[in-house]
Amino acid sequence: MTMTLGLGCSSRPGTSRVNRTGSWRTFRPVFLRDKCTKCRLCIQLCPEGCIMEESEGFPVPDYDYCKGCGLCAEECPAEAIEMQKEEK
Amino acid sequence: MMEIMEGSHAVAHAVRMCRPEVIAAYPITPQTHIVEALAEMVANCSLDAEYITVESEFSALSACLGASAAGSRVYSATTSQGLALMFEVCFNTAGLRLPVVMSIVNRALGAPLSIWNDQQDSISLRDSGWLQFYAEDNQEATDLHYIAYRVAEDKSVLLPAFVCLDGFILSHTYEPVEMLTQEQVDSYLPPYSPVQRLDSKNPISIGLFTSPDYYMEFRYEMDRAMKASSQVIREAGRRFGEMFGRDYSNLVEEYRLDDAECAIVAMGSICGTVKDAIDEMRGDGQKVGLLRIRTFRPFPGEEMKKALSGVSSVAVLDKNISLGAKGAVALEVRDALYGSGIPILDYIIALGGRDVAKKDIKSVVKMAMAGKGDLFYGLRGEVLG
Repeated sequence: MTMTLGLGCSSRPGTSRVNRTGSWRTFRPVFLRDKCTKCRLCIQLCPEGCIMEESEGFPVPDYDYCKGCGLCAEECPAEAIEMQKEEK
Repeated sequence: MMEIMEGSHAVAHAVRMCRPEVIAAYPITPQTHIVEALAEMVANCSLDAEYITVESEFSALSACLGASAAGSRVYSATTSQGLALMFEVCFNTAGLRLPVVMSIVNRALGAPLSIWNDQQDSISLRDSGWLQFYAEDNQEATDLHYIAYRVAEDKSVLLPAFVCLDGFILSHTYEPVEMLTQEQVDSYLPPYSPVQRLDSKNPISIGLFTSPDYYMEFRYEMDRAMKASSQVIREAGRRFGEMFGRDYSNLVEEYRLDDAECAIVAMGSICGTVKDAIDEMRGDGQKVGLLRIRTFRPFPGEEMKKALSGVSSVAVLDKNISLGAKGAVALEVRDALYGSGIPILDYIIALGGRDVAKKDIKSVVKMAMAGKGDLFYGLRGEVLG
């Protein structure tokens, strides 16, 4: 996670991209291509908006911002997302 | 010019000359006279400031916080329960690094309800990140406001400051005070120039959410600024002395300590009585001295160690009690003198306005020399069974 040590924890607006909240994650969603049906539900559900679609239509998470909430894995109809504990 | 003034009014006039742009406060005994006088000055146009009337002390300091964040020099004053109600905002003001200056007219905390003096209120905000100055008399109470603004607003400090004066004993007492002129104050205290401020044309956010990855670093920065403020206070106090003849370059004052066997350590107005008692004891051949703490935060540990290295016993007068432990000052004195082997005895004294006379100081010294201490001084017989 990168953050500027501004006086009194101050910051310019629009720094959501600078603060890589992925460091908050305990469980990491792992996307299983052989099970994925490309239904796009995870892309729509992700509260962080950090799941993208690659050229073949498979979902790809951005781990810089994924907080590991697990909503995608919980809702995936094909059970194609596994939450795996991340050691740091 | 020397004037006979009530302590509160002397402070109000000093604050006026510091040119605060925003004042927000809530009346509470024994602080009321200060903000009453300032409100009158604003109403009479002798002070060009925004005076915000609020419904509580929480709002008072919140208004000050906002105004300071917007780049203004701000002022407030409170005491006791009022300060307790500001507890949360005190931590926020310091964490946001806003150099608010606030007078604390020291008063006991309830329950039981007491409007009289001790120093429990400001001492209880010890860890909030505010500088804490304690005045012995009204001259010092006024001078410390000029110094407090200069130090708090210094770019290497940027922390808020309490200027503490004992309720009634100083705030309601008329005594001669040498007031500076506006020109003198202006030459000592430059206008506040914030390093950052809330401005819709150039937006910033302050006091953001901080994860465990970063919170500690901000507390470290505050601690570093507080420690660095010692040198800034010395400089500001030395400069004050050069310009106006009253030197505040030390965080402590030594009184007849040179060859002292027993040293008293105290803060605030009680030190006047202590000095008189010392003069009489010295007349009787007793080698007693005083180390007066003017700056409780930052704590002058090094000065203390140096000043007390030659004494054989230390008696700390604490107008507060950290219940279940000791007085807050004694704990810090012990820390400063750790390893010296000098016995440091604590006397909880003058809580809730209990009067202290010279004979009490002499009695404390007698006890300290006999190794008897760590007690509440002068308790009524009925609680002792």
